[in-house]
Amino acid sequence: MDVQTLLSLLFEPGFFTSEPVRTAAVIGAAAAIVSGVVGVFTVIRGQSFAGHSLADVSSAGGSAAFLFGINPLLGFLGMGVLAAMSMELVRADRASERDLVTGVVTGAGLGVAALFLYLDMTTSSTTGAAVTVMFGSIFAIPASLVPLALLVGAGALLAIGVLYRPLLLSSLDPDLAAVRGVPVRLMGLLFLIVVALAVALSAITVGAILSTGLLIGPAAIALHLAKRPGLAILLAAVIGVAVTWGGILVSYDSYEWTGGRGWPVSFCIVMLIFVAYAVVAQTGPARERRQEHPLPSGEKPHVTSAG
Amino acid sequence: MARGEVLAVRQASVSLSGRSILKDIDFSLEAGEFCGLIGANGSGKTTLLRTILGFIAPSSGSVTIDSGGKLASVGYVPQKFALDPYMPMRARDLVALGLDGNRLGVPLPSPGRRRKVDEMLESVDATRFADQRIGNLSGGQQQRVLIAHALIRRPRLLLLDEPLANLDMRSVAGVVALLRRLSQEFQTSVLLSAHDMNPLLSAMDRIVYLAHGRAASGSTDAVVRTEVLSQLYGYHIDVVRVHGRVIVVAAEAEDDAQAAVAHDPVHVAQVP
Ligand SMILES: Nc1ncnc2c1ncn2[C@@H]1O[C@H](COP(=O)(O)OP(=O)(O)OP(=O)(O)O)[C@@H](O)[C@H]1O
Ligand SMILES: [Mg+2]
Repeated sequence: MDVQTLLSLLFEPGFFTSEPVRTAAVIGAAAAIVSGVVGVFTVIRGQSFAGHSLADVSSAGGSAAFLFGINPLLGFLGMGVLAAMSMELVRADRASERDLVTGVVTGAGLGVAALFLYLDMTTSSTTGAAVTVMFGSIFAIPASLVPLALLVGAGALLAIGVLYRPLLLSSLDPDLAAVRGVPVRLMGLLFLIVVALAVALSAITVGAILSTGLLIGPAAIALHLAKRPGLAILLAAVIGVAVTWGGILVSYDSYEWTGGRGWPVSFCIVMLIFVAYAVVAQTGPARERRQEHPLPSGEKPHVTSAG
Repeated sequence: MARGEVLAVRQASVSLSGRSILKDIDFSLEAGEFCGLIGANGSGKTTLLRTILGFIAPSSGSVTIDSGGKLASVGYVPQKFALDPYMPMRARDLVALGLDGNRLGVPLPSPGRRRKVDEMLESVDATRFADQRIGNLSGGQQQRVLIAHALIRRPRLLLLDEPLANLDMRSVAGVVALLRRLSQEFQTSVLLSAHDMNPLLSAMDRIVYLAHGRAASGSTDAVVRTEVLSQLYGYHIDVVRVHGRVIVVAAEAEDDAQAAVAHDPVHVAQVP
């Protein structure tokens, strides 16, 4: 088998020339990079639930955008940022309290989404919006959305780059950060707004509900592999892009195997993430037992003598 | 604030959730002094340290720190430091954050920064595990890394909350000697909380003894005496010195008295 036939087996005809595929690849990569970078901080701050909640609440904005015919990215963004700010402004010091607030806000957000989606269905008599908002339809993204998506992505990455060190320190330990003069609460607020940007980007890509997969999955894999922060972030972005493009490819090719029905891209992406995580979690160096440190030469082991 | 003083706590009282925790705490620390903050569980050591750090506002009185014109005038090693083993951070990354963790922007590799971090890791004898994930280090090793993080800017004042808890006897002696040496080398005043004063006896220039929300302070010999501690506790306390160790015992078997000093008699069993 030569390279030519191998390639044509991997990539079904038209893959590289299709306009929807190209748009999907660009927006998907932007969403994956931002989600990977932001996801690492989300995981080490223990805010995975907050990230998921932002996605759910932002779906209210996404469905409103469908109902009123405005740019869906703006809908997700607006609602997500609003939710991020209100979640940070509610002063919840204990983790359990924070979870309660987040849970209640999530329920309300999804309820509003349900209302808008219902209204949309009754006025346009299709169920398309629900699937698009919740599970994404990446091949249906208009190319006109690309500039705004890239702008949002660049903004999120810039913010993480600027906040990098104080954010890292306050994620590690808020008290240590406060002693070094870091405004910890402001950091928390700014970070959650950046999470909202990342989530909005993934929401138009893999859908609001599945955006958690793209936010947490690649980051979780990277944290298993990398032992320094910069490397973990880079790795999460690369893994995110790899699974997103891989998912797009599998989905595109699946039209061939399934007699023209095809599998949704979102499904393919999150399944790739799941498989990758399962593999890494089995073999990653983080699972190794703690290394023993031999005493430096010259130091004698301490022997306790009684009496 | 008097000349040479780095920290002055004046008649400070602290209430938490409406409960009075500390009353009229009054002491000061001079440059380079090594001070033990001694008290049983729940006596208010953490509360006092957090008040000095400015995390808790005193309900009356004042806390003043003379920064000596330094930006990073206080270093802090917290009591609880819960680390996720997956935290993608090596010991040296945490120490580097002590140097410039408040600065905006991504750190660019610089030989000067790297040298400072290496030197600090060397000073706390952490070079061996500098490149390991902090989450995988033992409690004692993490302690050293945190001390390096707190000291790399050479602060005027270093606060450590129970740094000796969870260490074996040999490590306790090692960490105390290390802190004593660094405090002299960097001219940093150290305020270190502990429930047992014995490992600190030879190192302390001063002691702040907390009981029932009040404090007695001064040199160890002046404070750790039957009269002073009895007055602080409000009932008779015996201070016994055996084999260079101090044992604080409540004379009466009052429940409260037992609770307050229960930690001390335990150490009798530890005398080698
Ligand atoms: N947020 C709070 N609200 C009310 N009371 C509190 C609060 N935090 C601490 N306390 C109480 O203040 C007292 C002092 O607590 P603190 O943690 O300062 O003691 P500690 O000396 O550090 O004890 P340990 O040796 O166990 O660390 C305790 O009785 C505790 O119950
Ligand atoms: Mg404490």
